[in-house]
Amino acid sequence: MDKSKRSFIKQGLGLLAAAGVVAGGGKHAEAVEPPAIPPSMKAPGAGMSEYGNPVKYESKVTRTLIRSQPGTTGSGASRTPLESLDGMITPSGLHFERHHSGVPDIDPDTHRLLIHGMVKRPLIFTVDALLRYPMVSRIHFLECSGNSQLLYQPTPPNLTAGQTHGLVSCSEWTGVPLRVLLEEAGVDRSAQWILAEGADSAAMSRSVPMVKAMDDAILALFQNGERLRPENGYPVRLFLPGWEGNMSVKWLRRLKIVSAPIMTKDETSRYTDLQGDGKSLMFTYPMEVKSVITRPSHGTTLRGAGLHQISGIAWSGNGTIRRVEVSTDGGRTWTGAPLVAPVLPRALTRFRLPWKWDGAAAVLKSRATDDTGAVQPERAKFIAEHGNNAVFHFHGIQAWGVASNGEVKHVYA
Amino acid sequence: MSTRDLVCVALALVVGGCVSAGVTPSVVESPNLGREATPAQIAGWDISVGPDGVGLPSGRGTPATGAAVYEQKCQVCHGAKGAGQPNDRLVGGQGTLASKAPVRTIGSYWPYATTVFDYVRRSMPYIQSQSLSDNEVYAVTAYLLNLNGIIGENDEMNAQTLPKVKMPNQGNFIVVYPSRGK
Repeated sequence: MDKSKRSFIKQGLGLLAAAGVVAGGGKHAEAVEPPAIPPSMKAPGAGMSEYGNPVKYESKVTRTLIRSQPGTTGSGASRTPLESLDGMITPSGLHFERHHSGVPDIDPDTHRLLIHGMVKRPLIFTVDALLRYPMVSRIHFLECSGNSQLLYQPTPPNLTAGQTHGLVSCSEWTGVPLRVLLEEAGVDRSAQWILAEGADSAAMSRSVPMVKAMDDAILALFQNGERLRPENGYPVRLFLPGWEGNMSVKWLRRLKIVSAPIMTKDETSRYTDLQGDGKSLMFTYPMEVKSVITRPSHGTTLRGAGLHQISGIAWSGNGTIRRVEVSTDGGRTWTGAPLVAPVLPRALTRFRLPWKWDGAAAVLKSRATDDTGAVQPERAKFIAEHGNNAVFHFHGIQAWGVASNGEVKHVYA
Repeated sequence: MSTRDLVCVALALVVGGCVSAGVTPSVVESPNLGREATPAQIAGWDISVGPDGVGLPSGRGTPATGAAVYEQKCQVCHGAKGAGQPNDRLVGGQGTLASKAPVRTIGSYWPYATTVFDYVRRSMPYIQSQSLSDNEVYAVTAYLLNLNGIIGENDEMNAQTLPKVKMPNQGNFIVVYPSRGK
């Protein structure tokens, strides 16, 4: 190896160690280069474990905790570190959280689901009973409607991709089609809505259109192959593919079949979208077509000109991602980015594109189009249309500025 | 359940939606494990209140009795007379929604008075939810509506009067479902 290459590797390791990536290595961390034999090959490794954990060297990859209500615990959100992940599935332990009154501790043996209201037979289900029902498994994203809300601000937030866009995650959800249970209860044909309520201390409640409930709604019991995590609604949650996350009521305990929306706090004072003219949009259910480049992104530094891989995610609550285009010149020109299979409806879709960086300042953007023909708008256009006063449903284009020294920062461009 | 409905369920299970040609339907049977709920069981759980007042319990409260409840149970988080801090402001802000600094409160933003009752009863106080009596919830609701200038200081809130309260911002909500979603 020539001298310059060796110093490049040393420099690289130094940077990794400084960033805490080589945790536990400390000053003794040295690459074992051929012809030396690494220690891991000279003695047996660790034993098995009952439940595996992420490797210690990646311990910095965590959710970013945000508490929205002072003086409370559990009311707030934590965000998925999108910039550290790849592929389409979010590990269950890194799935974003949004709770309105903390994570309840629910013993599945004592939990009950009640279906009542405009039905022939009001019914109570145990969790054991639900586990005997026919189930479906679907890969879907879940996005909080407040995701990316900081981009309504007049100045770009000095935050990572996960810290701004990390209220979206994607899992395989397995559970009972809600339709099966509604048919068992015998829903009155004139009933148009369902009030869904959680067993948390907020008794979180939302009105759900019957059309959605009968279409693709799931009572989810499993996430990524295992029973739901407590923070994702154990033992059972409602899951409404593509719709704003708040409606997928966690810790589901009650479904009341009704003729009109209940107008709960979370569909009136919250999760409505105040426009610039003082009017508010209500029942803005599907999450709109959106994408974000996760690598490179804010807080990273490109090490030298040459070939880099752009990687990101796109999704639409209205359907399937049809196209993602990437610009490296702030939106002047666009290139189609290959989508990574499988490309599924209402699921995160990974895109990747090799990029030969010439070392000059650049602005990276991605723009998604779904199969309804909806195109992700530029931020300026979105703000011009909706104003700065909204909190929810931001889905404008995200721009990352790359400086000539390789530093990547959030920019409005 | 009709045969057609069953086929739809089966198709939904197999291909994620009701489609027509090319799929051989297989009937998916429900194991029918739901146990019939009694009226008493339902009454114990059914705490939701619609904008038409359906679900409101008996009981009553006035702004004056609500002030005492508020000071004891709510003020620590929402400030004196709903002024906010450390948590949400509940009073004022009318006329600010189209400005650069909109203030969203019960008075300036909430479209239905019944929502105040429903939300306070199910979720508040934050550290002790579902601890207030129905009379206390009516009273706190009356107090907050009065502080916002929506009802008079002697107006009693009960199952008949609350649904009739007209909130100032109710006409400024544009319902976009189902036009924008499917």
